[in-house]
Amino acid sequence: MAEVYEPITVAQVRQWLEAVKDPEIPVISIADLGVLYDVSIQDDGVLVSILPTYSGCPAMDTMQEDIIAELNKQGLEQVRVEVKSTPAWTTKRISEHGRQQLKAYGIAPPQEKTRQPIACPQCASTNTTCISQFGSTACKALYRCEDCLEPFDYFKCHV
Amino acid sequence: MNKALEHYLLRLADTALTQSQRLAEWCGHGPFLEEDIALTNVALDLLGHAKLLYEQAAEISDRDVSADDLAFLRDVDAFKNPLLTELPRGDFAYTTLKQYFLDQFNVLLYAALKDSQYEPLAEIATKALKETRYHLTRSRDWCLRLSLSTDEAKQKIQAALDDLYFYTPELFETDDDLNQLIAESIMPDLSVLKEHWQEQVDELLNECQLQVPKSGWVATGGLRGEHSEHLGYMLADMQFLQRAYPGCEW
Repeated sequence: MAEVYEPITVAQVRQWLEAVKDPEIPVISIADLGVLYDVSIQDDGVLVSILPTYSGCPAMDTMQEDIIAELNKQGLEQVRVEVKSTPAWTTKRISEHGRQQLKAYGIAPPQEKTRQPIACPQCASTNTTCISQFGSTACKALYRCEDCLEPFDYFKCHV
Repeated sequence: MNKALEHYLLRLADTALTQSQRLAEWCGHGPFLEEDIALTNVALDLLGHAKLLYEQAAEISDRDVSADDLAFLRDVDAFKNPLLTELPRGDFAYTTLKQYFLDQFNVLLYAALKDSQYEPLAEIATKALKETRYHLTRSRDWCLRLSLSTDEAKQKIQAALDDLYFYTPELFETDDDLNQLIAESIMPDLSVLKEHWQEQVDELLNECQLQVPKSGWVATGGLRGEHSEHLGYMLADMQFLQRAYPGCEW
C-alpha cells in the first residue's frame, strides 16, 4: 500500500521547533523566548524567521543551525532561516511559560515594570543586590540574595 | 547618495569595531571578575553593532565586498573612526571615562537615528539603542564611583579627563558627505547632538567634582582616514588572522 503524505502545516513545523532551545539556557524554547517570529510554507521549502536577541549574541548562529538540523531530522530538506531586524526583540516577547521555565532553572525572569524588586529564584526573597550589570551571557546580570546568600542570574529587562 | 551613505556607515561601523576591540583587550585583565565580564559583554554588543553596520555598507557598496572584508582587509587610511576609539585602553579610569563619553554620544546618536529616513539604519539604531542605554547606566555609575572614592581613584580619572577631553569634539565632525546626509534627514544634525551631549557631560563631570581642562589642542582626522599610530598596531593585532590565512573561517 502506498504511503499517504500529509502536507506540511505551519502548526506541525512550530511543534517540531519546540525542540529547539536556547543553546545557553537549554530549558527555554526559541518560541517561548520570543526569538521565533514566523514560520511559512513556501514553494521552495520552509522559511523560518527569527529575531536576534542581542546584536552580538553568539548563540544566534547556533540557533540557526539548530533550527535547520531539527527540521532536517523531521524530514524537511528545504529549510531556510531568515534573521529579521524588525521588529526589534524585547524581553516582553518572552512567554509566561518561558518565564516559569527560567525561574525553575534558577534564572530570575525579567521584570519589565519599573521599580519591581528582583526576586531570588531559589527562596523568593526580594532582598537582593545587583553584583554586576553583566553576567555569563549578554542577556543576563548577576545578583545575590541577601537572605539565602545564593548568587543568581537575572535575565536583564530589555525593552 | 550611495557613496555618502557608505562613507557614513563605515564611520559608524569602524567606530563600533575599534571601541569593541579596545574593550575586548580587557579580557583577563579586568580589575575583578565581574568587571572583566562586563567590559567584554559591552565589547560583544559593540561588535554586534559593527557587524550590522558593515553588512549594510557591504550591501550598498559598488564594490564586491563582504562585511568581513570591510573589517579585516582595509588598512589604516581607509578607517574612519574618530581618534578617541583607537587610543590605547589605558587604566580602568581611562577606559571608564572614555566609555562614558562614547556611551553618552551613542545613546543620543542612536535615539536620533531611529528616525532616519534610511530605513535599514533606523532599524539598526532601534536595536543598538536598547543596548547602549544599558551601557551608559554602567559607565555613568562607574565615573561617579571612581571620582567620589579614594584620592588615587580621583586622581586617575582626573588624569584621564585631562587627556581624553580634547578627543571628544571629533565625534561631532562632519564633511561634505555627512552634511548631505544631514540635509536628507538620513542622519541627525551633529551640532544639535553636540549641545545635548555637552549638557549631559557637564552635569556628570560636575557631579563627579572633576575639573574640566581649560584649553588644549583638538583631535581631528579620523573621518579623512588620518589616524594616530595606535590604529596601525590595533589593526595588526585584529586583522592578523585574515591577512596571514586569507578566507580562514572558524
